[in-house]
Amino acid sequence: MRYLPLTEHDRRDMLSVIGAGSIDDLFVDVPEAARLDGPVRDLPNHASELSVERHMTALARKNTVAGEVPFFLGAGAYRHHVPASVDHLIQRGEFLTAYTPYQPEIAQGTLQMLFEFQTQVARLLGTDVANASMYDGSTACWEAIGMARRITKRGEVVLSSGLHPHYVSVAQTMAKYTGDQLVYSTPNLDDAGDFASLLDYVDGDTSCVVVQYPDILGRIADLKPLADACHANKALLIAVVTEPVALGAIRSPGEMDADIVVGEGQSLGVGLQFGGPYVGLFGCKEKYVRQMPGRLCGETVDADGRRGFVLTLSTREQHIRREKATSNICTNSGLCALAFSIHMTLLGEAGLRQLAATNHANAVAAAERLAQVPGVNLVNDTFFNEFTLDLGREARPIVRALAERGVLAGVSLGRLYPGEDELANGLIVAVTETVTREDIDALATALEEVLA
Amino acid sequence: MSRYFTQDHEWIDVDGETGTVGISDYAQSQLGDIVFVEVPEEGKSLSKGDDAAVVESVKAASDVYAPVSGTVIEGNVALADDSSLVNSDPEGEGWFFKITLADASELDQLMDEQAYAAFVEKL
Amino acid sequence: MSINQSGWRPEMTVKGTDTAAPTFTGNKALMLEEALIFEIGSSETTGVEVAEPVAATSRFGDLARTAPIGLPGLSEPETVRHYTRLSRQNYAIDLGLFPLGSCTMKHNPRLNEKMARLSGFADVHPLQPIDTVQGALGVIHQLAHWLVTLTGMHSVAMSPKAGAHGELCGILAIKAALEAKGEGQRRIILVPESAHGTNPATAAFAGFAVEDIPATADGRVDTNALIARLGPDVAGVMITNPNTCGLFERDLKTISDAVHAAGGYVYCDGANFNAIVGRVRPGDLGVDAMHINLHKTFSTPHGGGGPGSGPVVFSERLTAFAPLPFVEEQDGRFELVEEENAGEHHAQSFGRMVAFHGQMGMFTRALTYILSHGADGLRQVAEDAVLNANYVLRSLEDVLDAPFGKAGPCMHEALFSDANLADGFSTLDVAKGLIDEGFHPMTVYFPLVVHGAMLVEPTETESKAALDQFIGALRSVAERAKAGDAGLKSAPHFAPRARLDETLAARKPKLVWKEPAPVAQAAE
Repeated sequence: MRYLPLTEHDRRDMLSVIGAGSIDDLFVDVPEAARLDGPVRDLPNHASELSVERHMTALARKNTVAGEVPFFLGAGAYRHHVPASVDHLIQRGEFLTAYTPYQPEIAQGTLQMLFEFQTQVARLLGTDVANASMYDGSTACWEAIGMARRITKRGEVVLSSGLHPHYVSVAQTMAKYTGDQLVYSTPNLDDAGDFASLLDYVDGDTSCVVVQYPDILGRIADLKPLADACHANKALLIAVVTEPVALGAIRSPGEMDADIVVGEGQSLGVGLQFGGPYVGLFGCKEKYVRQMPGRLCGETVDADGRRGFVLTLSTREQHIRREKATSNICTNSGLCALAFSIHMTLLGEAGLRQLAATNHANAVAAAERLAQVPGVNLVNDTFFNEFTLDLGREARPIVRALAERGVLAGVSLGRLYPGEDELANGLIVAVTETVTREDIDALATALEEVLA
Repeated sequence: MSRYFTQDHEWIDVDGETGTVGISDYAQSQLGDIVFVEVPEEGKSLSKGDDAAVVESVKAASDVYAPVSGTVIEGNVALADDSSLVNSDPEGEGWFFKITLADASELDQLMDEQAYAAFVEKL
Repeated sequence: MSINQSGWRPEMTVKGTDTAAPTFTGNKALMLEEALIFEIGSSETTGVEVAEPVAATSRFGDLARTAPIGLPGLSEPETVRHYTRLSRQNYAIDLGLFPLGSCTMKHNPRLNEKMARLSGFADVHPLQPIDTVQGALGVIHQLAHWLVTLTGMHSVAMSPKAGAHGELCGILAIKAALEAKGEGQRRIILVPESAHGTNPATAAFAGFAVEDIPATADGRVDTNALIARLGPDVAGVMITNPNTCGLFERDLKTISDAVHAAGGYVYCDGANFNAIVGRVRPGDLGVDAMHINLHKTFSTPHGGGGPGSGPVVFSERLTAFAPLPFVEEQDGRFELVEEENAGEHHAQSFGRMVAFHGQMGMFTRALTYILSHGADGLRQVAEDAVLNANYVLRSLEDVLDAPFGKAGPCMHEALFSDANLADGFSTLDVAKGLIDEGFHPMTVYFPLVVHGAMLVEPTETESKAALDQFIGALRSVAERAKAGDAGLKSAPHFAPRARLDETLAARKPKLVWKEPAPVAQAAE
């Protein structure tokens, strides 16, 4: 077996040092009834690299690869070009095969990277501080709601209809156990978002209001009036960003006085990966830092007075606080945070601004072209790189029909909101820098044919 | 004014109707460098034995319990800026909060300085 | 924000620990210091070329960004050098034995990395039409099948993002099952005092009260105390097997039977499954739910702290309550069961835990790992892991106190205490001494039930030569700690940094980089 270095000779020698007659002697504590007498049935024996590679490649070939077709899916996961050096660097063994930096003297690489990541994230989200990452955007969103409960000691949570429905589902699952009361309704294609109407729900019992920016349909709206209303009632405003590239072009939630800003960082460095692993972003105002979940890296000095970094404020965490911890989380999403941070470093301010501008320009061009397809209407007044079309008829079968024609057209609202008839005609279309003029024409033409 | 101690290493100085609460020198020496203290808000009502405050060192977080029942009249704001006061002067400047005494008879269950010294000696 | 890189060096406010004159750069030959990106980058520099945007009318309303973000950029060569230099300040499995107990730091096969990067897996969107992702769903389905087979359980939930998330998944299923039976009054979860901190944190999150169960003198859970505590208020137990002392819980089947008879459920923390994979099936021990850390037993890389992946296997009693989504095979086609189609036959599911379907990138790696090892290889994994740990235990028990060494063999971890060290010398000193010897330290001060615990998990991917070198190094450090060698108190001496001031970091947290205040110009 190519991964196991011990030889039979080694094993015999080691057993004799141990004083055991056979390997079975080391498993004496396992009750006889629970011991398997031979290899697990059904599973074949070990296999060569070549044969495993054949098996996996055959599975991979059964999927339609996003990069090989005109591709317009978004709704919480976006296809961006990732520079080649990102994957090269994250595959360095010293990053890939390191553990959580519990021994800071020999983990300064990971720790300095996390400190840089925290700073990049805080600046992008417009918050004072950010943590070392969460599992993904949906769990970061839930953790933010839990954090608001700890700060306000209230349990009423107002979710915007523009929040990603999977994020809503996660919050609903968790609220069943924590007792938070969630106010939520599905979105409406006819208005410009629900921020104005949410104001009516904010009162002295509100723990937090959770809004997505840009929202699930791609709409953008000012957060400041909501933030003011929350603060007047001593409630918190949580903003969720599922497309961080947008913040290269539009104002950050922190600038508009959101208290906690969470996000899905997958867009930068990570890739689509059929939904995971991704990287949750989590920033907040400095005054709430001790209620923050997840790992935090901080600057300090070593015994020789040199700058160095350590994991800090760990008394919030499960391994010390046990049942009183701010969260049960143990890992973050370190390697994805590294990929995010490297991509951000390669972009820099200038690159991110230009990337965002290109995304927006492509999306505007696509929206204008697609709105000319007979029977199709653009729902959005505002958007960044994602907008919603009303196809005039049920979108889900159209998406399937377009996939058969080799175009991955977008995410139908029927997929995200099954059973909601008013939304069934909606199609969310994302247009990033990876989309060409030809791709847009291919989608428009195919849509014309299918709708005709 | 007299000082009482609990078996959980809180001390309380009683002056008429009010008491000042902190953790003992022994407790701070066991915890090591204190990095953060959370004191209760004014007006919070506590029963004897309730979680009243939190004290954290780098590797440990401990709850500080109310030695008596009553209402918090003041938390020590100085600790927010300088938690090391708990290490340098635990039974003075490093006090945690002041509380009104709801039931002075609860003090009877606490130790005086001599009894606490003997208690610590045995730990 | 740009400071000339060549002018940057780390400050030395206290005299260095070595006697050589400090270098101008602060570098020590191959040990290269590196500034922060905020100190070497600039807002104009970029390492990426993006197509010029075509002119378009902004659709931002009045929300176009006006303020700068404050992001430094680096060109590609600077970026590669920055992160390569940082990487060299890390210890890693690729560099040497990484005996971190309960973390299973084994070799990460590179075939797994290659497979995860196939565009058919890496470049696929989670919401593509089901017909366009049959291969991806096939990976999930095949991995699920082998996890169920290897554990002897009934079903598996694949979506939890990491071990602690898996624990939450299992505990929420138990809660849902109790509520379905109208037994919401069962509010107590029993947890052995040796448990990992995530166990009580998880139970508390789900609204349970946690009660500790004491350990016996031989490092196992006190079965009698546990059984005596069972009753109509107990929801279940969370028990780790092999446990955090590296020992097999011999009585788990007895405990499971008693818990079931009392109306509760058994959650098993599967963090240590590596010791028994292919030799013992938790399903045969009466377990109702167990998470599997794919990043431990199935060797997906730890990545400096994630991403993990924590699928949860369930007994038949809990299967109906497992979370959404999951993959089902129907007539050779894979379906994704989500909120819309769960109603038919999975109406009792406790709901969704994450957006999308789980850690796909980890699934491809874990499936590759399982197929590479096969049934015979996985059994050998457990045997060699246990053999290596016992070899370490017996090779060092004369110099370090092994609190449960007399009681019999260990499983995949050897546990030592600080009992033999000289006065004033601690487990921490031994750990830092090992750093100078070129090893990552073992897990220290965990489990809490042993004073100054040192938990050594060598894993099966270490050769005998590597083990012998490690044993020699730990023996040498232990002997110095017993002899009171003062040099050990200031170790490590040869690492990129000496011991770091954690008190300072926690008292005045500096969590983000801030532009230094401008230095006042001297009068000219």
